[in-house]
Amino acid sequence: MTATATTVPERRFPPLGGFSLTFLRLEIRRLLRNRRTMVFTLVLPPGFYLLFGGLSDGYQHQSAGNGNVSAYLMISFAVYGAMIANTSAGASVAVERALGWSRQLRLTPLDPAAYIATKVITAMVVGAMSVAIVFLVGALGGAHMSTEAWISGGLVAWLGAIVFATFGLFMGYLLPSENVMQLLGPVLALLALMGGLFVPLDVLSHTLRTLASFTPAYGVGTLARAGLLGNGVDVGAILNVVVWTALFAAGAVWRFSRDTTRV
Amino acid sequence: MTQTYPVITPPGNSRATVPAVALRGLTKRFGSVTAVDGLDLTIEPGEVVAFLGPNGAGKTSTIDMVLGLTRPDVGTVDVFGMAPRTAVAHGLVTAVMQTGGLLKDLTVAETLELTAALFAHTRPVAEVLGRAGLTDIADRRVGKCSGGEQQRLRFAMALLPEPELIILDEPTTGMDVEARRAFWSAIRADAEQGRTVLFATHYLDEADAYADRIVLISRGRVVADGTAARIKAQAAGRLVTATWEGVSTAEAVTLRGLPGVQDVELRGDTVLVRAADSDAVARYLLTTTPARDLQITSRGLEDAFLALTTPGATR
Repeated sequence: MTATATTVPERRFPPLGGFSLTFLRLEIRRLLRNRRTMVFTLVLPPGFYLLFGGLSDGYQHQSAGNGNVSAYLMISFAVYGAMIANTSAGASVAVERALGWSRQLRLTPLDPAAYIATKVITAMVVGAMSVAIVFLVGALGGAHMSTEAWISGGLVAWLGAIVFATFGLFMGYLLPSENVMQLLGPVLALLALMGGLFVPLDVLSHTLRTLASFTPAYGVGTLARAGLLGNGVDVGAILNVVVWTALFAAGAVWRFSRDTTRV
Repeated sequence: MTQTYPVITPPGNSRATVPAVALRGLTKRFGSVTAVDGLDLTIEPGEVVAFLGPNGAGKTSTIDMVLGLTRPDVGTVDVFGMAPRTAVAHGLVTAVMQTGGLLKDLTVAETLELTAALFAHTRPVAEVLGRAGLTDIADRRVGKCSGGEQQRLRFAMALLPEPELIILDEPTTGMDVEARRAFWSAIRADAEQGRTVLFATHYLDEADAYADRIVLISRGRVVADGTAARIKAQAAGRLVTATWEGVSTAEAVTLRGLPGVQDVELRGDTVLVRAADSDAVARYLLTTTPARDLQITSRGLEDAFLALTTPGATR
């Protein structure tokens, strides 16, 4: 080139708002490198399955719908694992904002929508790993159910956890903290409990049970177990997932738009 | 206060060139504080411009608007004739920020790989690693890099899309002397390829040594604009010292009346004249008076800086 530019050079603009597989690959690699995230998403859920009695003789021989009680436990902890994986992937935006990385990304062609899409896909990939590992441990350790129940349970646990990807994003934009997951840990445990993932909700009083059915983990849990229990599709549970996903997504969009005007 | 500043046109540039940066009446307020106050500035392609001013002068606020990170309350920003966000998305302008903007859990090479993936057009990562002197630490985690290494990484990220304009916001804060020198020689080598560079600094020596043009800002306004030498003369003038045996008060008063003379002081047989136009004073002293041993000294950029940025000290 000559020493002084006399015209502005023609430059191309990346397609898909800068969405790239390299970015996605590095995002997934970052999550896999994070020891804390790995323990909470890939070790703890199958660990809980074993701890809560997945291997117990009684549960293996006690039938539940189209399978045994061990399968019931396995599905619950698969949902729990996907929930943790999705929330932490979404909430990683809080760390990135705290580090100024979000601001750095705004000095690139990357469109905010492509950034969010990358975050959600990353969440879904890690969520799939979490579901897969719980199902693997379950399959090796006493869970039995019909093929349809395996497929529907796995797919719903995986895809339904999108409600928690949006929850994580909302919290990530709401809480300007590097330690957002430490704040969200107890919240997620409570949501899992109210969603009937740790213990069946039958143990709760009627009022508490009604209240629990409106919490965000309840819908995914109920739908994921529908194939096993063979008790039909619960419209209320579908509504639960749809409404919470919409609310969290709206919250994330609202906080995100405030974020871009302020930074 | 309307004042015109000398505009430096870089050699070889035609007037038809689209300015790299054109700011018109730029104003930004944060609550009751006016950070940028009707700032006008044009930067031509190929210029290396220092944006000099004390902390809180409005440097970073202005840079944020040039990069499209914030919007001005009043005024317009054009970067190569486009909206800032469009220029950024086309890789025409990149920036090296003072702190932050890096992920500690990626390696140096991964950070560049990721940044490169977001642009439509970039230089190869390996080449940029070499140019920023990062090849040896390519596989090091960013969190384990020193401040100087992280700054070179930010510079490498800024080089990737081959921008026409690089903006550096106080890029050498916290670096030691050696790291600063190495950093600036990399920037300078790069600017010689024709790239436009705008850097904010509060180090006077950096502005003096590395910029073709200094834009001095104070309280959100441009208070001086030109070469370092010109700003020194404009703000503080030069000091002409001469030996003049038997100089009288009346003769001193005559000197004071010369155009551009700010101050005259007599110390025995020595006369000290402070003036914006030192040449005229020297010519007068040597041709019409018996003065001899003439010395002309420039007051430092620091004096100029203080004179122009201290409230109440502006002429």
